[in-house]
Amino acid sequence: MPTVSASFWMVLPVVLPLAGGLLCFLWRQRSLWLPLAFALVNLIVVIRLTRLLLIQGPLHYQIGGWETPLGIVLVLDGPALLMLLLTALCGAGVTCYARGYFAYRISAQKQPGRHERQERFFWPLWLMLLAALNGLFLSGDIFNIYVTLELLSISAVALAALSGKPVAQLASFRYLLASLLGSLSYLLGIFFIYRSHGVLDLGLLRAVVEPGSSMTAGLVLMSCGLLLKSAAFPLHFWLPPAHANALAPVSAILSGLVIKGSLYLLFRFWFDTFASLISPAALNVIGMLGILAVFWGGILALLQQRLKLLVAYSTVSQVGYFLIAFPLAYHDATLSVWTAFLFMILAHGCAKVAMFMAAGTMYLHSGHDRMRDLHGIRLVMPLTVFAYGMAGVNLMGLPPSGGFVGKWLLLTGAFDDGQWWWSVAIMAGGLLAAAYVFRVMSPLFQAPVGASIFDGRPTPALLEWPPLVLSLIALLLGLFAPGIMALLTANGGAVISGGLP
Amino acid sequence: MTVLFAYKLGGLCLFFMGFTALILRSHPLKKIMAVNVMAAGVFLLFIAMACHGRVGVAIDPVPQAMVLTGIVVSVSVTALALVLACRIQETSGGAGSSEGEHPPQGDS
Amino acid sequence: MNGSGWLLVLIMLSSFVPGIIIFGLPEDRVRLRTTLNLCGSLIKIGLIVVLNVGIYLGYSYEIRLPLVAGMEVYLHADPLSALFTTLSSVLWLLTTIYAVGYLEDSPNRSHFFGYFSLCVTVTIGIALAGNLITFILFYEMLTLSTYPLIVHRGTPQSLRAGRNYLVYTLGGGALFFLAAAWLQVLTGPMDFGSDGFASHLVVEHGPLLSLLFVLLIAGVGVKAALVPLHGWLPQAMIAPAPVSALLHAVAVVKAGAFGIVRIVLDVYGLENMIVLGLLPLLTFVATLTILWGSFRALQQDDLKRRLAFSTISQISYIGLGISLADHRLALIGGLVHLVHQGIMKITLFFCAGNLAETLGVHRISEMRGIARRMPWTMGAFTVGALGMIGLPPTAGFVSKWFLGLGALSASNWVVVAVLMLSSLLNAAYFLPILITAWFDRPVGPWPDEKNFGRFETRLMLLCPPLLTAAVVLLIGVLAEAQISPLAWVRFIVEGYLP
Repeated sequence: MPTVSASFWMVLPVVLPLAGGLLCFLWRQRSLWLPLAFALVNLIVVIRLTRLLLIQGPLHYQIGGWETPLGIVLVLDGPALLMLLLTALCGAGVTCYARGYFAYRISAQKQPGRHERQERFFWPLWLMLLAALNGLFLSGDIFNIYVTLELLSISAVALAALSGKPVAQLASFRYLLASLLGSLSYLLGIFFIYRSHGVLDLGLLRAVVEPGSSMTAGLVLMSCGLLLKSAAFPLHFWLPPAHANALAPVSAILSGLVIKGSLYLLFRFWFDTFASLISPAALNVIGMLGILAVFWGGILALLQQRLKLLVAYSTVSQVGYFLIAFPLAYHDATLSVWTAFLFMILAHGCAKVAMFMAAGTMYLHSGHDRMRDLHGIRLVMPLTVFAYGMAGVNLMGLPPSGGFVGKWLLLTGAFDDGQWWWSVAIMAGGLLAAAYVFRVMSPLFQAPVGASIFDGRPTPALLEWPPLVLSLIALLLGLFAPGIMALLTANGGAVISGGLP
Repeated sequence: MTVLFAYKLGGLCLFFMGFTALILRSHPLKKIMAVNVMAAGVFLLFIAMACHGRVGVAIDPVPQAMVLTGIVVSVSVTALALVLACRIQETSGGAGSSEGEHPPQGDS
Repeated sequence: MNGSGWLLVLIMLSSFVPGIIIFGLPEDRVRLRTTLNLCGSLIKIGLIVVLNVGIYLGYSYEIRLPLVAGMEVYLHADPLSALFTTLSSVLWLLTTIYAVGYLEDSPNRSHFFGYFSLCVTVTIGIALAGNLITFILFYEMLTLSTYPLIVHRGTPQSLRAGRNYLVYTLGGGALFFLAAAWLQVLTGPMDFGSDGFASHLVVEHGPLLSLLFVLLIAGVGVKAALVPLHGWLPQAMIAPAPVSALLHAVAVVKAGAFGIVRIVLDVYGLENMIVLGLLPLLTFVATLTILWGSFRALQQDDLKRRLAFSTISQISYIGLGISLADHRLALIGGLVHLVHQGIMKITLFFCAGNLAETLGVHRISEMRGIARRMPWTMGAFTVGALGMIGLPPTAGFVSKWFLGLGALSASNWVVVAVLMLSSLLNAAYFLPILITAWFDRPVGPWPDEKNFGRFETRLMLLCPPLLTAAVVLLIGVLAEAQISPLAWVRFIVEGYLP
């Protein structure tokens, strides 16, 4: 029976990492194989799901056979699968990198006990986060999404506080409060939506949604919550300190994956589930916020002295791009803006993970991340610097990266609609990104001055290759475009299971 | 109906009171409490919604399930927040050189 | 008739694969690296010969890779792209030989040669691009792959030069990208070589199309160093001599000029250009650049900076020829200058590099009597310089001759005057160098002299400029031969002005 096997595979991305997390917590042995095995199995499962999706089209599964009002529904369609793929890929990369990272720090003989403890807590939390993310993408009803959002923030906050530095703890406390506020706003939104129709299921909601004050209030509250969690412009205050002060693998996870969860939901709500509630004015507001975010984040990134803070502010700026896609998606008939949005999410996800990992390696070697003192590091770790550069190409949106494809689609979308003014912001943001990426590259290319400040140990392969591979994936994402399009339009031609209105 | 309306109004009031406190108060403990007050407000709304106020019609179980789940989530989040707050208090208040000997652990 | 599009892919891989392998090689594997480089470029030249013969026989080569809706990577070889690929790959071979000699004993050679190969690969990509989006793809990649070469030395000056380069080129690239996206929305996906967009668009969107043309030209004009977008080029002189050769003759500036040709002839099409009245605009910018570059060159004492300003001026002859493209002779002159300027300028840069590397001479004021110490190098330099001035029987004469005839047939007296004035200026800034080098007496020791035994400098440094100087003379003397750049350009022009 095909449905049974399909549903079986759909549950695995949630169950497996959860089980893995618990096992890692109980096992308490520092070792690579257990988390890595789970990350790899997760990747395999997602690949298997890709095949299923291509053959059978969007999949639905009711857990335990309970019917929709009470039961929990898992839905897998093109966009969700792409997000799962991104998570699985970056997850595998981060898992390898994190092992190398902790091993390197433990072998440095400086407070090895502390680093060992950090690693012991890292694995269960990280696998827990992976389970929450996968659950988020698969969930088919708005309340279940709330639960996964909360799981996500709990594990993300705990991970962010893991470094134990007072700054990091303060930052993650703020992060926790911000994301709690977001969750509660989202929950209040659920109240309004349930009140008017008595359904939570995304598919049912799409069918019954009609404009009304209660629904609008619900959507506004949910969107505010998600915007806060995605660090959209005026609500981004919590992000830079939390991301910049965490351990390197944690920063990579937070910036590359966690942010994407809520952004993806937002896009999905606005253009799939609640599409009939959306007005152009609201989209323009979101787009304006996006423009402000692009510039604010970009300019602040330019002003930073520390590499990781720069990368964190660049995330703020990049979130702006995703928001600019909103007004352009409204009139879009060819779905190219959906494609653009997902392309940018995929490209930015891989690139940001790679970038934070590369920055982390530089930090490990030099003991700091002050940019002007990093000169000559290219000679010590050429691959890492190369990975950083390639990831930067993505942020700038230069070819052949996925960011380029996304930007091209956005631009043509803008001109198609006659909304050419967005294009100016898109291009200017790209130039800003170029400015802050090359602000880092410039000292890296500088010939070393004076004695080497780096500890002489060679960079382990586990620290060097994951960022390189991920940045290359992001760089060559444009070439995978036909495959991605095939996934989006699998079995029926619509991007999402229900199709756009 | 009026009682239910009062419940709902109360829920909303709680939510916004909590929100105001969260913004205005700077002490970590007060902020945590504010978040809990907000959560309580939302739960109250849900409970009020579950009861139609009509005689003979079964009470909708879904909001109650949601509230139960919400309470579990809120308890664990509060625990995490408290651990973090304590840690911040220790490191910023005490001698604090032994930074992060015991990293906070997330419970979920 | 159809040839296999994979030939184009092979041509690109022949420099890409060696480049990637070289990145992975340890620093001390000099012999393997050199072998890889030379093999790659020889294979490339072989493949390009096949391509040229095929195109001449009327085969068409193309390969398509659709990405997303409205975005397609399309490689296509026409006579014009064959001209540019041939030029780039032949000069790549010579520059590689030169660079091996030049960079002996300097650090980071793996990086250098790796990026060098990448540069050439994307330049070939620019040449073979069959639509605007593919052109942008490689055009932006060229920016990225040249940056590490410009900052190769890692000194503060070179970093500053690199930053300026990026500011100019990325800014220009953004304009280009914007305009291309807009144009595509207006006209639909369009391959090069079709006759431009439909004429009803010209009526509907005339002003917008003109604006987009200005944006596109500004985008490629940055790399082609059109005034006032030329600021990065003189600063980039800080890079090692092979990089200068690459910037000025093989890749970057050439790619910009090639872009102008493509936009005028293949994106807008001559008819639309005439209807929109955009050609005089291009003429104006080109003449301005020619004169400004020459004036600034006069004031420079640093040899490489003088050469850089000379490039700015010379490269605009191509634009000038294109802007008179409705006159066959001018178009021929402009296109043939694409080749001629490349060979002449690379000769001059090789020679300047030799002087710097052997004697430590960077300034013209230090060049007194230098021809006595390095007669061969200065001989090659003299040929190149005379070519730049446009004296017969050099290659430069041929292109100026055709440009002049074209301007005369267009009865454009301003252009004729500009051509004459600029030739005078060229003479004014090159002849003093030649005079001081050949006829003055050397004073005192050279700043930083190295001895290389029997020859005046390393053999690998000496051969490339001598070879290119010989070619400058040859293609000048044999311009009317059956196989010459001029003959090929006539073949190209057949396609546009039958």
